[in-house]
Amino acid sequence: MDLSQYLEIFIDETNEHLQNLNEQLLILEKEPENENTINEIFRAAHSLKGMAGTMGYKRMQRLTHDTENVFSEIRNGKMKVTDGLVDTLFRCLDALEGYLETIQSTADEGTEDNEDIIKLLNDFISNEGKADVSQPAAKKEEIENKQEASGKEKYKELNILDFERNAIKEAANNDIKAYGITVYVQESCLLKAARAFLVFKALESLGEIIKSSPEVQDIEDEKFDFDFSVIFLSDNSAETIKAAVLDVSEIKEAYIGEIVLEQIEKQETAVAKETVETVKKETKPAETAAPKQAAQKTPAKPVGRSVRVDIEKLDVLMNLVSELIIAKNGLVSASAQEGSSINVGFNEQIEYLERITTNLHESVMKVRMMPIESVVNKFPRMIRDLCKKLDKKMDLLMSGEDTELDRTVIDEIGDPLMHLLRNSADHGLESNEERIRLGKPEVGTIRLDAYQDGNNVVIEVGDDGRGIDTEKVKNSALKKGTITPEQAENMSDKEIIDLLFRPAFSTAEQVSDVSGRGVGLDVVKTKIENLGGDIEVSTKKGEGSVFSIRLPLTLAIIQALMVELRDEKYAIPLNSIEMIEDVNVSDIKYVQTKEVINIRGTVIPLIRLDQVLNCPEKETEDESLLVVIVKKGDKQVGLVVDELIGQQEIVIKPLGKYININKIISGATILGDGEVALILDANTLV
Amino acid sequence: MENQEIMDEGKQYIVVKLGCEQYGIDIKYVDNIVRMQRITRVPKAQPYFKGVINLRGEIMPVMSIRLKFNLEDDEITKKSRIIIIKTEQQALVGIIVDEVKEVVTLMENQVEKVAYEYGKDDLNSYLVGVGKYNNELISLLNINGVISEQEKGDN
Repeated sequence: MDLSQYLEIFIDETNEHLQNLNEQLLILEKEPENENTINEIFRAAHSLKGMAGTMGYKRMQRLTHDTENVFSEIRNGKMKVTDGLVDTLFRCLDALEGYLETIQSTADEGTEDNEDIIKLLNDFISNEGKADVSQPAAKKEEIENKQEASGKEKYKELNILDFERNAIKEAANNDIKAYGITVYVQESCLLKAARAFLVFKALESLGEIIKSSPEVQDIEDEKFDFDFSVIFLSDNSAETIKAAVLDVSEIKEAYIGEIVLEQIEKQETAVAKETVETVKKETKPAETAAPKQAAQKTPAKPVGRSVRVDIEKLDVLMNLVSELIIAKNGLVSASAQEGSSINVGFNEQIEYLERITTNLHESVMKVRMMPIESVVNKFPRMIRDLCKKLDKKMDLLMSGEDTELDRTVIDEIGDPLMHLLRNSADHGLESNEERIRLGKPEVGTIRLDAYQDGNNVVIEVGDDGRGIDTEKVKNSALKKGTITPEQAENMSDKEIIDLLFRPAFSTAEQVSDVSGRGVGLDVVKTKIENLGGDIEVSTKKGEGSVFSIRLPLTLAIIQALMVELRDEKYAIPLNSIEMIEDVNVSDIKYVQTKEVINIRGTVIPLIRLDQVLNCPEKETEDESLLVVIVKKGDKQVGLVVDELIGQQEIVIKPLGKYININKIISGATILGDGEVALILDANTLV
Repeated sequence: MENQEIMDEGKQYIVVKLGCEQYGIDIKYVDNIVRMQRITRVPKAQPYFKGVINLRGEIMPVMSIRLKFNLEDDEITKKSRIIIIKTEQQALVGIIVDEVKEVVTLMENQVEKVAYEYGKDDLNSYLVGVGKYNNELISLLNINGVISEQEKGDN
């Protein structure tokens, strides 16, 4: 069988298990006695082992096997969880992640044996004086199984049809024995069908399968509980066959017995009588199995009904929706042109269509959305490692992990966030002694909060550390020649903080491998800006600082205000627009020869868009100006435009190669009449 | 012999007019020829880029060869066309020409390579050679040279 079709599932599931292990280990570190956690870890490690085994990743299997051993020790109360042990286990997880990465890129686990970790693990076990625990455990299991065995030989309940009986008879004449086999797959097994397939394959090398229950097709489709029975013709001994079956990993037990025809005939009459009873019997295990499974899963999070879809298919879907919206815009503008000649019904239908496309767009967008959880859930582990590395005590508090973002954004946001967290841990928080001296709680707190704000998602990374020392930043910038002394004189605190986002700027006096190489915040900033977002810092000396990242919910389709400049149309993203004002030319004031307006007490600089965009000169200056006020953070700027067209849903398209575009223009869109309008990036103007 | 024949099949060129001169564009680069349509100006782009157009739902930059060759600006007439060029990098770009005349096949021996040494101005890097056809001369464009952003003669 080609295992590659399972590879993707394997990678996904392994990722989930590893993440789960990471989380549980963190809990275990805090509560070494927590039995639920120990069991959960044991189960996850066990499934990992099984999965690695099925896929033929021997090294990975070995490592997980030893991990599992350690946990079975702990579970049996023969071992205590110690700091050293947790450290080793974390190293173990890292090694497993390493395997997974290699598998992901090459479909092979690589050659790293991780002998040192395995040795460490085994040392833990032998130190406790009880080597190799798997044996007694296995024995116990066997005993249990034997007790249960009688009811488990389901093959005896198989209904043997005439032609099958003939086949058995014929085989018997040729000295080939017929066996009934019932195979139980472990309940934690995730790839049951694959397991069953391997069993079938093993059997086929020894003889011939003449009947299976459920049908082979159903088994392939995973339409069976945890067991299946076959009738099997072979000249091998029952023991050989059993061994072959049990050789397949995650097979819990196999029951095998010879089938003699008279027996069957007797049985059949019995079965006929007891049909009612057997039905009862069969339903019972199923019933008990179900709650058991449910009980097992309760500690984990409830799993929703879901389908895995290739992201490319979603992209295609999104493109089609974009096309549909363009077509809809075409209809809207066509109907607007004809105006009076079109009847009311038509307009109603168009409005209906408009509603549907908007809803469709939203739904498709939601499909592409993923909770930010998948990115942030690896941070607790990272902070824990940083605690040890930096020798600082700190806590990570997270909220809003269920905030959703577009898949493409999720993929990109991990690194910047990680960087900010490291920054907070390394630069932000003081050392424990210093904190005590300052009268702060000894343990520093790092916060990661995510929430939705209108059409944006805001992620804040904050700490209760020393805050940004603007003097230090200023001096450092002076020393590096980033700013001149005159500039330094006139800079506001905010401008100074913005210096942090310049390339090659780090205030850390010591370069550590945590942060401070000076390749940090500017990279964070560029990355976030590439995603269409922005980043801001607020800080209070002695109380800490907060970095807030603002990201758009979606990248491809936005709401925009269409404006006109001379005879050109431009789109301004709606989420950056604060308000629209009519301003009298006489109300324009000058500050340092720049035009400003005063709106309800705020002084807002004016930008003549026509000049910025090199539009042809206007012959006559109007008495009043239309000003679109856009904001970026708490900064505002007024854009002077000629005409407002209205709000529209637009699809962002790239401008193509070869043409150089200024930063002001973030893309283009196709209007209803087929005309192209450029999209202005208001952020670059502010 | 067979090889010889294939070699001699020559290349097909689309002959276009810019002013009174004729230029040939290797047909393998031509994706499409469309009529003149409304071009949206893109502020702050290179001066020889007229802007962008909507070609069946895709946005496509359009450049003026006239401006790139330092000729006077295009005069848009009924005969003006936009030739959509597909470059080796699979990117599409449109170029404006005054008129599309015909498709000709030029044999190897009808093409004279341009001697690069002589005259170092831009125009030479934009040409691959000169073709002779029916007593007329056709300047064969080096499409990649015309479209690429690096202007060697930039001063």
